[in-house]
Amino acid sequence: MLPIVEAQRLDPDAPPALNAEVATAWLVAFLRDELIDRRGIQRAVVGLSGGVDSAVTASLCARALGPENVHAIRMPYATSHPSSLTDAQRVVDALQINCRTIEITAAVDGYLAFEPDADSRRRGNVMARTRMLILFDQSAKLDALPIGTGNKTERLLGYFTWHADDAPPLNPLGDLFKTQVWALAAYLGVPDALIRKAPSADLEANQTDEGDLGITYARADAILAQMLLGYSDDQLIERGFARTEVTLVRRRVEGTHWKRHLPTTAMLTNTAINEFYLRPVDF
Amino acid sequence: MLLADSLNRGTFRQRIAILQTKPQKGRYRENLEALVDAFGQLAEMKPHLVVLPEAALTGYFLEGAVYELALFASRFAGDLAQAWRSACGDQPVAIVSGFFENDKGTYYNSAVHVDVFANHEVIEHVHRKMFLPTYGVFDEERFLSRGRRLEVFESVLGPAAMLICEDVWHSIMPTIAAVKGARVLIVPSAAPGRGVDGEGTELTSIARWHDILRTIAAEHGVFIIYAGLTGFEGGKGMSGSSCIVDPRGEIVVSAPANEACIVRAEIDLGEIDLARANLPLLGDLAAVLPDLLLDETLPLPRGVGHRHVADR
Repeated sequence: MLPIVEAQRLDPDAPPALNAEVATAWLVAFLRDELIDRRGIQRAVVGLSGGVDSAVTASLCARALGPENVHAIRMPYATSHPSSLTDAQRVVDALQINCRTIEITAAVDGYLAFEPDADSRRRGNVMARTRMLILFDQSAKLDALPIGTGNKTERLLGYFTWHADDAPPLNPLGDLFKTQVWALAAYLGVPDALIRKAPSADLEANQTDEGDLGITYARADAILAQMLLGYSDDQLIERGFARTEVTLVRRRVEGTHWKRHLPTTAMLTNTAINEFYLRPVDF
Repeated sequence: MLLADSLNRGTFRQRIAILQTKPQKGRYRENLEALVDAFGQLAEMKPHLVVLPEAALTGYFLEGAVYELALFASRFAGDLAQAWRSACGDQPVAIVSGFFENDKGTYYNSAVHVDVFANHEVIEHVHRKMFLPTYGVFDEERFLSRGRRLEVFESVLGPAAMLICEDVWHSIMPTIAAVKGARVLIVPSAAPGRGVDGEGTELTSIARWHDILRTIAAEHGVFIIYAGLTGFEGGKGMSGSSCIVDPRGEIVVSAPANEACIVRAEIDLGEIDLARANLPLLGDLAAVLPDLLLDETLPLPRGVGHRHVADR
């Protein structure tokens, strides 16, 4: 009898791999280059939600700039879960970074008083944009730069508020899937409570990301990782993914391309900006 | 004499420096000034050859600004020479550097090899990048024309060829260079790093680069001097990792990915003959290559008046 050497089949439940040590070194270099070398800015402002994305972002910023140069801003609304504040505090304590809490309830409600019929989606967007307004203003005050916290999964699924969560000029996590952010969090020593809790935008009571999306992050990431390589839905299903989940992910990605771009500008000349007149962001 | 030569090949030691530059995007003049400081660090070493990366003094992703920053080769070589003399006086040196070239209104991604003397400089060769990556993050052929020839020229290290970044990913390029007599390959590069799913201590793209360079060096028995640009450009991190690979495929020295730095090494060109004697793959290739290339079923044009084989 000859021994059999079998090729491994794709495990549809395996999340995308991450070499956390290598990723950390790369992202720390990115933050130092973009902030200090290119812009001459020494400080970062991070909106600390109590979730894992902002915790990882703050941790990377602390490594890149020193904890004394990282300013975390907690921005609770009246309905925010109390654990969001306490979990954010765990991160502040662990990293020894600066922290300030700025309630957004008065600002949000001040506007929504004129719009009493606004549904939860609109209310959530107002909260997200209010938070971004504060982060940019705090950055101006502190001679700092706001650092984004969005991950690749939510960017691909369009699960964010346009010109809010995606607004900061630098984003270290935007090319990492959510499951990779979890792996990075474990490597960086982010408190366990934040890694284990169900991710939530915390814009409504009892809201969870996976409940909103209708799929777990683990499965969404596994599908997205293959989908972005060009595999068709039929190929993905043949590889072991459920048709309902493949369809769900495909629909979300294809319905949100616009959210990953700047506003559409009518082109009238052959010097249209970013169409004919092409200059890189760092020129 | 012949006997003595074969018994004692002697050594041909050459001092090599790689400047792993991290240019400010588009600030050619400031980057040239910074180069004077870097050259100053080399005065004591007295290198025979200094190698800089692709787009060494402008940054790589320029889009339409490439037309503002492209230079005549003679102007660029003159600037390099002047920078060297400002730092090191009359000391002669050869410099290789990548730059964007304006050749009377046609634009190339080029590398120049210039011999610098006290009162003048001589351009030994300009290589124009032949494989312009235009996919994914890359957009070179939108802005630049591709080079049409791969030349072996007489460098300060003897017969050499310059290959720019993707040029070296096509195994036919180092193969042709080696068969044409190159004993040293000089590779200026600007490689955006990516790949965080590997198991090593570096990005998978860097590991892939090292694998490719080691394979080429060992197959053809050539030294490879690889100069990688470093620094982030709009989120894309140039992966540095400049290195020298010996003709057995071993990495002599390797730089980190994310730091501007100077890589120094003294290499013995005599190792090329030893490596080729122990693993005579290049000789085998030279013998067999005509059969491979003259195979009439290869889809190659066969001169003027001959139809493309694939069109038959």
